[in-house]
Amino acid sequence: MHTPLIEFKDVTKRFGNRTVLERVNLQIYEGQVTTIIGLSGAGKSLILKHIIGLIQPDEGAIFFRGKPIAGMKKTEIATSFAQMSYMFQGNALFDSLTVYDNIALPLRETTNLKKAEIDRRVMARIEQTELTEAAHRYPSELSGGMQKRAALARALITDPQIVLFDEPTSGQDPVRKNAILSMIAQYQRKFNFTAILVSHEIPDVYFISNRILALYDRRIVFQGTPEELENFDHPFTDEVINSMEALQKELTGLYSKRQFKIFNHVQMRRSKSGEFYCIVFFSLQELNTIITKFGHDAAQDVLRDMGLYIDKHFGAIGGFSTRRDTNELITMLPYANLSEAESIIKDFVHDFHGQVTRTIQAAACKSVLGEPTELTIMAGIAQGQSTSNIDAVIALAKSQQKEIGRLHCAAGE
Amino acid sequence: MAFITNSQGGSKNETKGGPGALVLLPFTFVGRTVIDWVDNLGAATIFLFTALTKTFGRKQLFKIVEQIYYIGAKSITIIMLVSLFTGMVLGLQSYHALVKFGAQGALGSLVSLSLIMELGPVLTAIMITARAGSAITAEIGIQRISEQIDALHTMRINPLRYLVSPKIIAAIISFPLLTAVFDLVGIIGGYISGVVLLGVNAGVYLHSIQAYVDLRDIINGFIKVIVFAVIVSTVCCYQGYFAHMRKDSHGAQAVGLATTSAVVLSCVLILVSDYVVTSLLI
Repeated sequence: MHTPLIEFKDVTKRFGNRTVLERVNLQIYEGQVTTIIGLSGAGKSLILKHIIGLIQPDEGAIFFRGKPIAGMKKTEIATSFAQMSYMFQGNALFDSLTVYDNIALPLRETTNLKKAEIDRRVMARIEQTELTEAAHRYPSELSGGMQKRAALARALITDPQIVLFDEPTSGQDPVRKNAILSMIAQYQRKFNFTAILVSHEIPDVYFISNRILALYDRRIVFQGTPEELENFDHPFTDEVINSMEALQKELTGLYSKRQFKIFNHVQMRRSKSGEFYCIVFFSLQELNTIITKFGHDAAQDVLRDMGLYIDKHFGAIGGFSTRRDTNELITMLPYANLSEAESIIKDFVHDFHGQVTRTIQAAACKSVLGEPTELTIMAGIAQGQSTSNIDAVIALAKSQQKEIGRLHCAAGE
Repeated sequence: MAFITNSQGGSKNETKGGPGALVLLPFTFVGRTVIDWVDNLGAATIFLFTALTKTFGRKQLFKIVEQIYYIGAKSITIIMLVSLFTGMVLGLQSYHALVKFGAQGALGSLVSLSLIMELGPVLTAIMITARAGSAITAEIGIQRISEQIDALHTMRINPLRYLVSPKIIAAIISFPLLTAVFDLVGIIGGYISGVVLLGVNAGVYLHSIQAYVDLRDIINGFIKVIVFAVIVSTVCCYQGYFAHMRKDSHGAQAVGLATTSAVVLSCVLILVSDYVVTSLLI
């Protein structure tokens, strides 16, 4: 694998007699979204503060693009850190400055840009983070969510190559949490920066992360993809992930992917050999259009309503569901063969076209301005047997998707 | 701290407890306090010089002017009020003392010299400490505990340049100006009580000022107040900047205690340095 962008080698940090990080080894790669997970007070934020140079390690070394920071010249360090930006857990907005001035501050103080150019860039970020109405208000006059977005806008104003997010979703409601994560993912794709997150939002954060680092008992005990983490056999899984997952199904009301797998495993063990089950694969097309036109909140409202409805409908008949990706949901119907599943889906679509469409449409089409837009809901069914590989059945269901609903949003509706 | 006296192999445990340690406790306390003082003095001096090296930079002028407005212009009302009554009381007291010697004609020079050389610089510095110094400590302290100063670091904005340097320079500019206002209004106060209320001849009052007040007295007064400005601004900024490192408290309480310490320490240092500077100037 290529040289890591940031690497920790045996980094130890103590505060008095208390060792917070002990021989921490980790690698962060360029262009990826890397999330550090762990219990509160485990030292996750401390890792970010080491990366940005706010804190120095007591032992060990930190490497930036393969070079030890301790051995760099002052100018090299300044150049390296100038590529980074940091979004604080508590936002760290200047309470005596307006939102506009907070966002403009790094440009005013560290660049020679003209006032008009600064204004253009700041207003662009303000619009992207949906803060236009709050631009000339003070941070204390804003809601927690708006403050987060202002901090995000300030972190991104200098177009950094590396952005560190310290619990960007703390203190937010489920919709807003996912909206912020979705915003980070969108900006990361758009501006191609390297994102390093500290988050508790398991499993939601998996959807936007390329790599997960697990901090447990003062050390990094896992580095890998979210999929690899699902098979990670370690006390960390029981103590940390399980406890967090129990709290983190608020957005859609659905199970996490890992819980889904466990349920599936239990079902398969209970069922007789060769017994059928069905997988229903749902996806929301043009969700990005909703994000672009109506904002991240509207998109998360749609996902929440869809998840709640799926859970309500299929949960009542023994099915269980999970969110597979940002815009994908899957439901397992145990002991159902294909024809039974098709009949269940028919009922679902019938109900869906009645009451549910209106609910989701209301969520998706909030504050419609400009051109009309459409959101298509697709569903596909595939049948499996207790002996068959569930991933293959899911892939088959995905490939057989058909349109089951279309929502039309236009001004005045 | 260990007190090992037996280099031939005496046990460390012997020195940790027992009556010996109890006897040494006051010395330990004094020693630690002195070390802390010296440590802080050194740190504050480095802090001051580092901040002064950041004075000249782009966009600093605007921040300095902003701070002059905050520290200086906004303090004028309180300075004028205090100085008016200080001058009036001084005129009143001095008149009754001078009458005993038949020297009421020297009232103008006594009031003006007292104000210019002593009361003006000291009371101005104390009043600004109470009004602006405490606010500076609280402001920087809150910025410290709410990670705003860390945020400046992450934005590659030097906090000393952005927050501290303009305040120190503004104090150095504002203190002498406010002292001049204090002196002038104080002399007017002395005029009101001496001339208007007690009947001293106006020409005698003014002539006595012109005859006995030297330019050197005025310069010495300004030298003093510049020293006070450096002390007050450094102490107040330093206390706020390192509020998070206080050993006796944390968070908002640390900011509160830092503010109290800044005001008390500034006032004590104003009076101590007043004596030192006066003895050097006389």
